[in-house]
Amino acid sequence: MENLTVGVVVFPGSNCDRDVSWALEGCLDIRTKYLWHESSDLSDVDAIVLPGGFSYGDYLRCGAIARFSPLINALDDFVKSGKRVLGICNGFQILTESGFLPGALTANKNLNFICDDVELDIVSSKGGWFNDGGEKQTIKLPIAHGEGRYHCDSDTLKKLVDNELIALRYKNNPNGSSFDIAGITNEQGNVLGLMPHPERACDEAIGGTDGLYTLKSLISQ
Amino acid sequence: MDQFAVKVFVRLRPSVLDPAGEATKSASIKLGAEGIKSLRIGKMIEVKIEGNGENEVRGKIDLLCDRLFANTVIEDYEYSLEKL
Repeated sequence: MENLTVGVVVFPGSNCDRDVSWALEGCLDIRTKYLWHESSDLSDVDAIVLPGGFSYGDYLRCGAIARFSPLINALDDFVKSGKRVLGICNGFQILTESGFLPGALTANKNLNFICDDVELDIVSSKGGWFNDGGEKQTIKLPIAHGEGRYHCDSDTLKKLVDNELIALRYKNNPNGSSFDIAGITNEQGNVLGLMPHPERACDEAIGGTDGLYTLKSLISQ
Repeated sequence: MDQFAVKVFVRLRPSVLDPAGEATKSASIKLGAEGIKSLRIGKMIEVKIEGNGENEVRGKIDLLCDRLFANTVIEDYEYSLEKL
């Protein structure tokens, strides 16, 4: 698809980087490039995915150490230039820890590690990450996390609602997230963080294709 | 240079649910402990650090707490400092 390249970041402990690359390359014919966390040269990628996993062993807090990697330091200019960044699961945690997205992700209400398919309402398609113009306003994506409970204060929640920054809400909140939040964008719409895994829903053979649109939108906006 | 021993306490803010604390409270009651009104779990971080006096060291520790040790969206911190 064109000549655009999506960078897939690899931290020590990332474990969904190969899945993201497989989905982009194999299902969507989008070229990818792995970006080691110590790299700060983002000049030859057009969009970036922060994949799921346990970056730096999730020491201290999920995403807390990754925030200080050279790559995340370089991400500020990348985001300001309007290029797109998608944080999935641990990637979402890194985006909140590093201040690209508001709020925080903490231990699930019931303390379980939840591995399941969940129904999600598309609340906003700010940034064009979800197809809210189609008939399908609900999508099904897999989740797999122990610390996915989104938390923010009431002022932040009001700002998220007023500015249409809530992208996805759980139909049946599995983890105790505030306002059933499963994914949010920044105000510009070019950064999306979500706990569900779109890269695990890109082929009917593995249970669904509702993740394709979001991955495709990395380069199609 | 003076050396200090610092103990940093990081706690979930009172408004943030602590599922691990709730589970431990439940287990404490099953153990037979009576009278537990609340139980919350935090972290304690011990740091030995050098600096030119207490004020400079407090500045360094404030930065560490605010930027790394605690996520102030969900956590509060406090620390004690002892000159060695």
